[in-house]
Amino acid sequence: MIATIQAWFQQLYETTGFNFTVFYDPYDWDRYVAGLRMTLLLGITTILASLVIGAVGALLQSGPSRLLRGLVNGFVVLFRNTPPLVQIFFFYFGLGTLLPDLRSADGLRAPILSNVQWAIVSLSLFAGAFNVEIFRSGIEAVPKTTIEAAEALGYTRFKAYRHVVLPLALRVCLPALNNNLINLLKTTTLAYAIAVPETLYAVKQIWSESQNVLEMMLVLLATYAVLVGLLVWVMHRWERALRIPGYGR
Amino acid sequence: MSALDPNRPGDLPVLLPFALADHRPPARLRPAHLWLLTGLALVAVPAWAQGGAAALSPLEVVIKWAPLLLTGFAFNVAISLMAMAIGTAAGIGLGLAMLAEGRVLSRLAWCATQVFRNVPWLVLLFFVMFLVPFQVTVLGIRVPLPDWIKATFGFSLPVMANVAEIVRGAVRSVPNTQWEAAESLAFSRRQTMWRIILPQCAKRMLPPWMNVYSLIAMATVQASIVGVTEMLTLTAQVHAAEGGRPELFAPLYGFALLCFFLYCYPIDRLTARLERRFETR
Repeated sequence: MIATIQAWFQQLYETTGFNFTVFYDPYDWDRYVAGLRMTLLLGITTILASLVIGAVGALLQSGPSRLLRGLVNGFVVLFRNTPPLVQIFFFYFGLGTLLPDLRSADGLRAPILSNVQWAIVSLSLFAGAFNVEIFRSGIEAVPKTTIEAAEALGYTRFKAYRHVVLPLALRVCLPALNNNLINLLKTTTLAYAIAVPETLYAVKQIWSESQNVLEMMLVLLATYAVLVGLLVWVMHRWERALRIPGYGR
Repeated sequence: MSALDPNRPGDLPVLLPFALADHRPPARLRPAHLWLLTGLALVAVPAWAQGGAAALSPLEVVIKWAPLLLTGFAFNVAISLMAMAIGTAAGIGLGLAMLAEGRVLSRLAWCATQVFRNVPWLVLLFFVMFLVPFQVTVLGIRVPLPDWIKATFGFSLPVMANVAEIVRGAVRSVPNTQWEAAESLAFSRRQTMWRIILPQCAKRMLPPWMNVYSLIAMATVQASIVGVTEMLTLTAQVHAAEGGRPELFAPLYGFALLCFFLYCYPIDRLTARLERRFETR
């Protein structure tokens, strides 16, 4: 099966000149798959982390402490209105070099966070800032009477938030959340700039060695179309599964 | 879509479930935050300044190079404005094509919109940078295409797709009765679109359009990855020119962050204000 596919692409190259090296050269294929795996790792970890940041931020923003509210507001405003690429540079070069180094086992200096980890941190913070706003709008859509009912049943503020407000708010803000998470998946390409070996980086390496820019561009476009399409499909299914009975059609 | 949709035929507003109005304004800067930032700066700057005795302090470096960096920033703004102009013109066309009567045309336009909306901007930028030749021959005259023009074109592709979606959404949100009224007054489809529907849509489209602009202004720094000399490229060059001291990274990139923040934050506030004013509920 694999051999026939490889043979077909090899033949395609010999007859038409379309050089899809990834599909017949095992070395390029491995690099491409490694890049894809890195993109998936970045996407999944940042999606989860940004959801946590959004939930915690929204909780603090509706909390009693004025200082915390102000800090969360400042965080949201700052991260929403500055370019994510500059944020990544600021974190990786700016903060990464200011932090003290660790000594690795063989005595070499190693930074506390690698470029992959810094990419995850800064992308999560970037998307988390948007999630705070999205969750806040969802929380405000939960009727006050529902919260009062939860309080009357003896829920503490945190428990009412966890068991009543958040599940309802999540359903209200899912469409906006979908948009943001899809945007986050697309933003992971920016990790390219600090040499995280994700799909774009791997594909660039392949095309600069094999001189097949157009073919690899097409592979790249198709890859992201599939990845984003997959996420859209999953999120739409989730949206339908979490539908509040009695609302919508 | 949520159930709270007053545009749905058959649902009178009184029949809809009770919804709380959005009272709290979204996150915004207050004087207290500015004091906080000033305080942080006052604490941070002397701390950095103690680092190098002979070399310039980070603050002095930023002040020394600010004119150059701001020129770079102006270039970013110029790229974003041009990309926005091209993208908006193309996007209105694409959006109208999506609404066209012909099934083939509207399907094609829909596919184009989905592709350009869903592919990462950086990938589109690479696409344009590598596949568009560096000069084209028009009528025997060789027209050079410098990097920044190609980048502008690359940025106008996602703008086009997003504007197309905005146009489609706005036209769809106009009540059907408007179309019927126009038809009864013997307006043709084209006349209805240009004289009745689109003028009403203009003010609905303004806030999301400004959002797209804010996003594209922030995206222009990505041009540095493909080698266009704009603010981020200049920042890296300035850093190298100052000896590549690691403690300079944070202030220099912080300055870039500040420039974009000061440019995009007013747009964000204005967008939120317009959104509240045009709310139709």
